[in-house]
Amino acid sequence: MPRWGMVIDLDRCTACGACVAACKVENNVQIVSPEESERGRRMHWLRLLAEAQGTYPNARIRIAPNLCMMCDNPPCTKVCPVHATYLGADSLVGQIYPRCIGCRYCMAACPYSVKVFNWSHAEPPAGMEAIQNPDVSMRPRGVVEKCTFCHHRLQAAKENARAENRPVREADYQPTCIHCCPPDAMTFGDLDDPLSAVSQLSRSARATQALEHLGTEPKVYFLERRDAQV
Amino acid sequence: MHRFEPSSTQDETLFRPIERTTRKFYLTVAVLVAIILFAVIMYLRQMMLGLTVTGMMQPVTWGFYIVNFVFFIGISHAGTLISAILRITQAEWRRPITRMAEVITAIVLAIGGLHPIIDLGRPDRVANVFLYGRLQSPLLWDVTSISAYFAASTVYLFLPLIPDVALLRERGKKHRWLYEFLSWGWQGTPQQWKVLHRAINIMMIVVVPIAVSVHTVISYIFAMTLQSGWHSTIFGPYFVVGAIFSGIAALFIAMIAFRSAFRLQAYLKLVHFQQLAKLMLAMAVLWGYFTFCEYLTGFYGGEPAEMKTLLYKVSGRYAPLFWTMIVCNFAIPVALLSYKKFRTIPSILISSFAVLIGMWLERLIIVVPSLENPRMPFPTHIYVPTLTEISIFAGGLALFALGFIVFAKFFPIVSVWEIQEGRALGKAETEERIESYLPEEQPSHA
Repeated sequence: MPRWGMVIDLDRCTACGACVAACKVENNVQIVSPEESERGRRMHWLRLLAEAQGTYPNARIRIAPNLCMMCDNPPCTKVCPVHATYLGADSLVGQIYPRCIGCRYCMAACPYSVKVFNWSHAEPPAGMEAIQNPDVSMRPRGVVEKCTFCHHRLQAAKENARAENRPVREADYQPTCIHCCPPDAMTFGDLDDPLSAVSQLSRSARATQALEHLGTEPKVYFLERRDAQV
Repeated sequence: MHRFEPSSTQDETLFRPIERTTRKFYLTVAVLVAIILFAVIMYLRQMMLGLTVTGMMQPVTWGFYIVNFVFFIGISHAGTLISAILRITQAEWRRPITRMAEVITAIVLAIGGLHPIIDLGRPDRVANVFLYGRLQSPLLWDVTSISAYFAASTVYLFLPLIPDVALLRERGKKHRWLYEFLSWGWQGTPQQWKVLHRAINIMMIVVVPIAVSVHTVISYIFAMTLQSGWHSTIFGPYFVVGAIFSGIAALFIAMIAFRSAFRLQAYLKLVHFQQLAKLMLAMAVLWGYFTFCEYLTGFYGGEPAEMKTLLYKVSGRYAPLFWTMIVCNFAIPVALLSYKKFRTIPSILISSFAVLIGMWLERLIIVVPSLENPRMPFPTHIYVPTLTEISIFAGGLALFALGFIVFAKFFPIVSVWEIQEGRALGKAETEERIESYLPEEQPSHA
């Protein structure tokens, strides 16, 4: 079975935000009211985080997408009291919305702050109902959710493959952020296939993982900028 | 073992509050019920609107509810643990204190145990903890040890209560049916005394490891994560020390309140306060030591994420709260309780309030600043509790007071038979015991 992973090239990334918007629409992520947004309850499965690095005159801003790192050793699934978040057979970290009790322990345990909570529930704003994705279940108030690597797409790819009586191939499945990326900064595929683009890039000298010293073994890699001094 | 017969006609002072109800009682109950009702209404509102009514957000996903959970469970340590230690060491001065301590545990534990449920986004799914529970999750460890502690401490409260209930039944003035039922056919036969003493002896040993485990496991909720400021090996004992510390403070406040309300000056003497104050002083010093260790290791290692949280606490936005905590938990109790001259009831009351405030701040300073300083450069907001969270906290405190007052309306708040036992047998027993500590008298070789 493929070990799905992602490489994000920060030399190519222009921080345009296309992935953020695409993710939000693809996954029916709730659009919260302006008041809720003000109070720090904006909901994103993927967001851009900016970090100031270094000091003058060697200072720069590093902007990178932040999404579920799909850890091979996930701190969030360990602490879940009800098995509502788990490391699945396809090595993706899943989330069971109808089982989650909303204790938010996984959010406290995730060092990447990628899990989001439904503090309230708002219907989609006028005009947005028509573009809800029928393949992604809506989440009720009071549960935790996060990036699933567009798991519904993997599901569809598996069904197609089964119909054609063949295993899932790398080309069958891509999360939406990957193919919406204008500068083609994101690569997706099977990390266990030594010939795949993603696995070769993940072994590049520029490749890093976020907070790799924590031993969470993320399956999302970042290619640091070549001009990075820090 | 049966050597004395408790009397239902002695120690009238202890029975009086049960049999005579003053206007003040109704007034206090009314005020407390009003506060609790308000909290219930605010909670129902939260159930209808969701956790949006709280001040929590991303990344501060835990706030007042978890802080108060840790705080209340901490206070519950006073009780059973202190009472058990005093019984085990056969401290004669324990007699008027143990009952109150045990009541604190039972009530506060129930209140504290409610808090994680109040904190849930989906309280309607709480049964999932039993249906799909993962024993690998520290939250399940909590569920397990808190329910074990609750079971053990209610039994431990009830056992020494039985002879007193029988005395109330004998007096037959009020609620005869209740005392008839709760005395479980107690007749005071030698066999019954033997069984009772043995049961109390077993429980006082059993309760100690359970009590220690409860607070250790609560610290594990935090320590098991990788967050800066939480991932610490001394959190277990640090939380246990803090729990006993705040527990003694709560016990002092209960003792002082009942002493003046029920006129128990003859039972709760200055010497009882002074003995317990020494224990509180020891805990204050121990707490100071643990706090020093905890912050020194973080500081010396200097890991960037750890340092960010640490500086946020000691010199950043949380500095006023942090230094208030140090003053309340260390400076005030150590200054006031170190000298015998100052170990008076007013100064003990002041240090107890200081310690309760300080320990509550400690819980806040453990939970919130770590969440406000995530490892990723996440845009963070400042957590400010809303009226809902504050009123539920007030409701919890009011429920604690109400539980205590209602208990005292039905049962003697000072163990009658244990006082009488002390009077009848304590002196001879202690003398005998001291004799047994000393070397046998040798015939002189003159």
